[in-house]
Amino acid sequence: MENLIALLVAAPLLGAAVLLCGGRRLDRAGHWIGTVLAAASFVIGAVLFTDMLGRGAEDRALHQHLYSWIPVEGFQADVAFQLDQLSMTFVLLITGVGTLIHIYSIGYMEHDERRRRFFGYLNLFLAAMLILVIADNYLLLYVGWEGVGLASYLLIGFWQHKPSAATAAKKAFLVNRVGDMGLSIAIMLMFTTFGTFAFGPVLEATGDTSEGKLTAIGLMLLLAACGKSAQVPLQSWLGDAMEGPTPVSALIHAATMVTAGVYLIVRSGAIFNGAPDAQLAVVVVGAVTLLFGAIVGCAKDDIKKALAGSTMSQIGYMILAAGLGPIGYVFAIMHLVTHGFFKAGLFLGAGSVMHGMNDEVDMRKYGGLRKFMPVTFLTFGLGYLAIIGFPGLSGFFSKDMIIEAAFAKGGTEGWILGSVTLLGAAITAFYMTRVMLLTFFGEKRWQPDAEGHEPHPHESPKSMTIPMIVLAFGSVFAGGFFSIGDRFVHWLEPVTGHDHGHAPVSATTVTAATMVVLVIGVAVAWVMYGRKPVPVVAPRGSLLTRAARRDLLQDDFNHVVLVRGGEHLTRSLVYVDHTLVDGVVNGTAASMGGLSGRLRKLQNGYARSYAVSMFGGAAVLIAATLLMRAV
Amino acid sequence: MSFPLLTATAALPAIGAIATAAVPAARRTAAKWLALTVSLATLVLAGIVFARFEPGGERYQLTESHAWIKDFGVRYELGVDGIGVALLALTALLIPFVILAGWHDADPSPSSQLRSSRGGPNETNPYHWRPTQGFFALILMVEAMVVLSFVATDVFLFYILFEAMLIPMYFLIGGFGDRAHAGSDENAAAQRSYAAVKFLLYNLAGGLIMLAAVIGLYVVAGSFSLSEIAEARADGSLDMATSTERWLFLGFFFAFAVKAPLWPLHTWLPNAMGEATTPVAVLITAVVDKVGTFAMLRFCLQLFPEASKWATPVIIVLALISIVYGALLAVGQRDIKRLIAYASISHFGFIVLGIFAMTSQGQSGATLYMVNHGLSTAALMLVAGFLITRRGSRLIADYGGVQKVAPVLAGTFLIGGLATLSLPGLAPFVSEFLVLVGVFSAYPVAGVVATVGIVLAALYVLVLYQRTMTGPVREGIGGMPDLKVRELAVALPLIALLIFLGVFPKPLTEVVNPAVQHTMQDVQKKDPQPEVEAAK
Repeated sequence: MENLIALLVAAPLLGAAVLLCGGRRLDRAGHWIGTVLAAASFVIGAVLFTDMLGRGAEDRALHQHLYSWIPVEGFQADVAFQLDQLSMTFVLLITGVGTLIHIYSIGYMEHDERRRRFFGYLNLFLAAMLILVIADNYLLLYVGWEGVGLASYLLIGFWQHKPSAATAAKKAFLVNRVGDMGLSIAIMLMFTTFGTFAFGPVLEATGDTSEGKLTAIGLMLLLAACGKSAQVPLQSWLGDAMEGPTPVSALIHAATMVTAGVYLIVRSGAIFNGAPDAQLAVVVVGAVTLLFGAIVGCAKDDIKKALAGSTMSQIGYMILAAGLGPIGYVFAIMHLVTHGFFKAGLFLGAGSVMHGMNDEVDMRKYGGLRKFMPVTFLTFGLGYLAIIGFPGLSGFFSKDMIIEAAFAKGGTEGWILGSVTLLGAAITAFYMTRVMLLTFFGEKRWQPDAEGHEPHPHESPKSMTIPMIVLAFGSVFAGGFFSIGDRFVHWLEPVTGHDHGHAPVSATTVTAATMVVLVIGVAVAWVMYGRKPVPVVAPRGSLLTRAARRDLLQDDFNHVVLVRGGEHLTRSLVYVDHTLVDGVVNGTAASMGGLSGRLRKLQNGYARSYAVSMFGGAAVLIAATLLMRAV
Repeated sequence: MSFPLLTATAALPAIGAIATAAVPAARRTAAKWLALTVSLATLVLAGIVFARFEPGGERYQLTESHAWIKDFGVRYELGVDGIGVALLALTALLIPFVILAGWHDADPSPSSQLRSSRGGPNETNPYHWRPTQGFFALILMVEAMVVLSFVATDVFLFYILFEAMLIPMYFLIGGFGDRAHAGSDENAAAQRSYAAVKFLLYNLAGGLIMLAAVIGLYVVAGSFSLSEIAEARADGSLDMATSTERWLFLGFFFAFAVKAPLWPLHTWLPNAMGEATTPVAVLITAVVDKVGTFAMLRFCLQLFPEASKWATPVIIVLALISIVYGALLAVGQRDIKRLIAYASISHFGFIVLGIFAMTSQGQSGATLYMVNHGLSTAALMLVAGFLITRRGSRLIADYGGVQKVAPVLAGTFLIGGLATLSLPGLAPFVSEFLVLVGVFSAYPVAGVVATVGIVLAALYVLVLYQRTMTGPVREGIGGMPDLKVRELAVALPLIALLIFLGVFPKPLTEVVNPAVQHTMQDVQKKDPQPEVEAAK
């Protein structure tokens, strides 16, 4: 059975190779090849899953060793896979949602002449993401980690002729590279500390080393997670990444790739458990990002960017939960899975709206769309109810668990974290209600575009609506299904461990509080956007609103300090290199051997004098050796 | 006596060079095919060397030894170790691509034909006379010398080759410039000869200092034979005073640091790579410069282990400066070829860093790095050359939107770029990570500083790609043809190799590992042990 693991990766990898090298003759069938291979990977995953369920909780993990990758003295890097419950969860999410989004893209990208290439990139992404989650060591994980970064780069910049898309793609890759620095250093630290970077040996040996080392490794892993999962301070790329086609936003920048940081932290649980300071840093990053993303999400008029802020915020919840240690690991992953359903569904819904609205993204130019797009409205609405945590839907269970876990952390820290997560829930309810009202309710506000085309909102084709329906189904039922009898906890516990913590307040109280903030958030949004007509041009807004529209000025800071500063630095260095370094070296040479003078009067026939000096050198050599022999 | 395989591998391109040069002027195409055939035959011989080399066997294999200048103890002594065999293979592999990529670079240029038909004065100007035969003959000559320098185990023999290869390189740089030049022809010629002479003088200065050290070594050791000296040093029969060893080390190291090149001796490289034709630029950075880093491993570490350790802190700092400085300068370039040249300076910093980390991972990484850098730079630079030839400009600002009109060209360029930024899955990642780990385990701070290089590499590669390939199609780009068969024959095999060695580097690590262990014994260094013996 373990021999099937490599096939999980092989199927989409084959698809990528065939589609990207195949040339134009595959244009007509390319999307089908891509979709079938994605589905094949899902089927293999499902087979492995049923097999796994048939075994006892303790021996569910499978291993497959393919070959020794970089055999160098003292350094052992293998291409080897490990499929345990944690990896399995991701495999099903990635291939399941991935297949749905392949199907959706058939319709969404129908009129794009480079559709074959798009599917090639999507398959490449699936292969890399699967390597990331089934690698059995950190170096192979790194391959997947950068592989998804590459796929993300290619897909954000898919419409390369748009300068904004090309810039956004480059930015995403660069910011991620900063995070990758963290992953590199973490792996190097593991190597010098443990002599290996395979999950098994490293995570077993954490008890034998100092807390300082574990803290250092943990912080570096956190840096890596910040890059990939768009957490403060490396969050700035995610909003721009919305330049990519919407299916990409749904798959990569909502459901799967951006959650890789959560996977990394949960996978490295043993390291963080031994490093409380690193854990503290993790919860702080999570808490800050969950508010940051939520605030940004409130201010954006671009539907995709509002959802991107929301993604950032929801991943903040997951990171926070992962930073709580064994109290939170399971819930981090559970929220990750339910979020995968509802956020992918919301993005596909947004794509469907754009599809019917001439690619308009400004929500102020939507309004009243529920009448024109009933299926989109219904599925988007269910996703909306799920994300705000409406009782009984997926988000209700998974988010509530995180809020409870935050309180259960205990002490002042517990109260602070609990309050932040509650505040986040209120803001979530606000901004999502805003999105819902602006898009589907109120009066129609669309106008003819610059060329005079009036949008004719219409429902999207079946290939797009069916994936939305399936995801809506998951948004509604997944949370409840996971929570009945603590199914999800029992499933993951053998891998991640689980601890109930000591909650200062009862679960019922927390749930009640969550309901209260939910109602407040929805009510405020209704007062602001539901009760009165929405202006087509955004009002100037308060200072906070204006800052939030500009991603809380983080980009401005980056631009001034990093971009401008960097430009000045490189420009002055170019000058220095040209004048100073070159000059000093030439000058030194001149003072030593008059070379500079020759440099100036360099002309033809120079080779002759070179030959002379060569000859001279050889003569000196011979003379010297002769002399020595005589002596 | 067995067949002198190593001599044959070097002699074949040398004879081929003479034969190519002798092809009559009118038979230009025949000369090209001859040169290509010779380079492919050399590749076959190199392949046989690689296959016959036994990783677990003697340190130097396929040895040959003949008295040469008896009076001074100079011998024609050859032998190949794991590091030499890897670089030999790289050289033999790259030359056919260099020749194929430069197929039309030495054809008579339309302007010079025009002028000479009018009987203008330029006919006598050597810079406008493009003897095709000479171009390809010189390339083969460089190959012969480089190959021999990788297998020479006599210090004097090595020195002669190290210096002699400057001559054909000088003519290749100065005589056959890039036609895509912003200025007038005269201006271009002036800049070209400036670059060629600068190349020559820098390397000559290094060479002369090395010469003094070579003499000094002979004075002290009484022999030029690498194995004899190393043996005598190991068993204690040759005792070198600390200061003598240091002076000799510095003499050798200086020459290699110019060639490599290491900051602040690097400024000749951007000039030379910018002005030369792209295949020659590849020849400089991917092949000839490797002799410098190779010689650090072979001569500095093996002959002067104590002095090498003494100098390590300074060299590590210089290497780190090269990495960061080279990358920052690459970001600031406006000329595609100079950008790649500065990127190479950054990469040479990594190689030197790996060598002087003196750990198994660092040195294996450095050796692999030499090979992988050769492949990745060749891929990126040669495709850049195809691009430059189409547009007739080296300036980044003259490009934009190329992917729209020539997607295959853009795609291969991107893969070359991704290899340059060491994307995992491609060969350079393996070597770069090994170097980083090797350095980090010995010098943690240096390891952390070096990782900055991975961010900066992404910056210069992606900025270059964005400005040239994406965005709206710029004036002068529309109608640009995509890669032709000859160009695909250059780009695709290189890309295939980059992927293969990234996924499965074992064929290389296998031959390199034992050689590295020998070097580790030479310098008497042991790898730092992990803090915790992790449960196996």
